[in-house]
Amino acid sequence: MTITENAPLVPDFGTTDTPRELAIICSKGNLDMAYPGLVLANAALGEGVETHLFFTFWGFDMIHKKTMGDLKFTMLGNTATHMPQGLGGLPGMTALATHQMRKTITDLGIPDVPEFLQQIVDSGGHLWACRMSADMQHLEQEDLYDEVEGIISASDFIEKTAGAQLLFI
Amino acid sequence: MTTTTIDGRTVHTNDEGFLTDPTEWDEQVAETLAARIGLELTAEHWRAIRFLRTDYAAQGETATLRRISTVGGFPVKTLFQLFPQKPAKKLAYVAGLPKPQGCV
Repeated sequence: MTITENAPLVPDFGTTDTPRELAIICSKGNLDMAYPGLVLANAALGEGVETHLFFTFWGFDMIHKKTMGDLKFTMLGNTATHMPQGLGGLPGMTALATHQMRKTITDLGIPDVPEFLQQIVDSGGHLWACRMSADMQHLEQEDLYDEVEGIISASDFIEKTAGAQLLFI
Repeated sequence: MTTTTIDGRTVHTNDEGFLTDPTEWDEQVAETLAARIGLELTAEHWRAIRFLRTDYAAQGETATLRRISTVGGFPVKTLFQLFPQKPAKKLAYVAGLPKPQGCV
């Protein structure tokens, strides 16, 4: 059946009157666990949602200049690979699994972590580093990805994202 | 199936209002669609629209923002300026294409 719309049918692109805000806490430093936060942040920004990412604990590896381009994926402790766990402990297996995952991600046209962070920033996203994690690892702002806006306390982040929806990854 | 009238012509759309038949689109339609979402098309908008149309014809699916940026060479920041808030969807709408399906 064909429905004829007399009034112009215009998609709902939302309005700025009802701002939506999303806070994503990234607490993991494995390659596979870095992506969910990045993908969701990118998706939210593409939908006009103000997005703040807070990197804490192992999630610091995603913004630490020394590690951000070299996150790893391991089969160990991850039953979702459906491979014998003993296999994951063999020498070189983490490197192999990491290589394989990077290739799969690249083949899909998805950027690596540093480039993904840049895309998020270019889309208007905000990156924040956790004060306690910085202190634990003796890191300063200059050790972190240049686009990180600041090293802030957990309470400052909670205050900054008042009213936002929150994701903990 | 839904139809709607644009500039006195009947076009097919999905239930959100995205055109479903790319052949029913032309530049005049784009101007009208853009006006409906509060955009006035500049040369820069047109470059992006033409890229999206060409890429769709070649790939059979609408490019995501990532692809428009890396393959089309349009900086992400520029796309957000040209098509504020929801650049990928707004661009697809004005270009008379389905909204992109890819996650990134």
